[in-house]
Amino acid sequence: MELSDSVAVAQARAGDSGAFRALVERHSRHLFRLAYRMTGHQQDAEDVVQETFLRAYRQLAKFDDRASFGTWIYRIAANCSLDLIRARKRRGAQAEPAEEGAPDPMQALPDPAPAPDRLAMSGEIESKVAAVLDGLSEMERSAFVLRHYEGMCIDDIGRTLGVQPNAAKHSVFRAVQKLRRALEPLVSSAS
Amino acid sequence: MNHLTEEQFVMYYYGEGDGSPAVRAHLDACEACRAEYAGLQRVLNVVDSVPAPERDASYGAQVWGRLQPKLGGRRFWWQAMAPAPRWAAVGAVALLVVAAFLAGRYYPKRDTQTAKGGQVRERILLVAVGDHLERSQAVLLEVVNAPAGEPLDVAGERERAGDLVAENRLYRQTAARTGDTRVTSVLDDLEPVLLEIAHGPDRLTPEEVENLRQRIEGDGILFKVRVAGSTVRHREEKARPAAGQNTGQNSL
Repeated sequence: MELSDSVAVAQARAGDSGAFRALVERHSRHLFRLAYRMTGHQQDAEDVVQETFLRAYRQLAKFDDRASFGTWIYRIAANCSLDLIRARKRRGAQAEPAEEGAPDPMQALPDPAPAPDRLAMSGEIESKVAAVLDGLSEMERSAFVLRHYEGMCIDDIGRTLGVQPNAAKHSVFRAVQKLRRALEPLVSSAS
Repeated sequence: MNHLTEEQFVMYYYGEGDGSPAVRAHLDACEACRAEYAGLQRVLNVVDSVPAPERDASYGAQVWGRLQPKLGGRRFWWQAMAPAPRWAAVGAVALLVVAAFLAGRYYPKRDTQTAKGGQVRERILLVAVGDHLERSQAVLLEVVNAPAGEPLDVAGERERAGDLVAENRLYRQTAARTGDTRVTSVLDDLEPVLLEIAHGPDRLTPEEVENLRQRIEGDGILFKVRVAGSTVRHREEKARPAAGQNTGQNSL
């Protein structure tokens, strides 16, 4: 029978590595997606997932049983992603738009295959979205990713990022505003 | 009639706030706002359509496979009570590792056996330094990940930082002696932060936490420690198959 998160956490705290493994296997894919959306880079996302579970393992004693493990680990993953983005900015390196050897994200688009001009437009939009997301502040990007892609409500975003709900709301709003300013001309010409 | 604000459009799109029926009613009645809202929907739908790479069902097991060696049968720190003897023992082991490494390095080499011994010692030292960096990173992370605006109990971290300072000096001197400038530089940067934690109070005020966090993040110390740790681990892994060969390399 599958362990609930709270039971798995209790057992992991008691030193049961199998219980911690269950938590890792349950949450990894979701965390990878979040980390990818936040960092825009597959390898960075892999590192974030790894780092998130290492931190969680070390901080398991501090986890409040009344809270949701999912929200807690999300918060850690968001913080790991922010650390990585900050470090990357400090190094002056920007996320690469596409990784060498990585599967072409265009392949994930639905069939039938679009016409070449349509495909080029999609690629342009995709690059533009990536560029705008890269240009957002750390808080704007995190709040937007959690709201838009992860469907988290504003209150939970505030809790996850450790800010007041109002600050989370404004970050989402500013992110959308910037996306809209940058993408609207492109979207209008495509439609 | 007042038109809807951009913020109202955004919150309505995400189903946030309690004003949704009023916004809906306004949209039904106002063509200009309807057009404006449709524009927002188009943009956000496009953003939504950008795919993220998916990982398959075995991904969790793969993550665990990479993670498990790093947890390495180590006990949770709260299970490892009586930390002083434990960390004192770690310090003693560090001293032995360094002493053995330096003895092997500076005594005259007589034959190939000596060279092989040097490679083994190098590996042991790399493992020890990698472990030191990992434990230092764990202390720094406690501060960096602390909730903003709240005091932080760092009694455990203080004790660990105190032990790490002694080890840090030893490894830094060894790295400097062997000409490993990169590791020397990271350990140089790390030491003042460890000292600050070790000599600070058991309970930090929110301001003290913030100052420490800014120092760690501003100087990129956590990042440097993480990169150095990963480089050292990588070198240790590379040194493994070469342990039986004579490369003559003996730097940290």
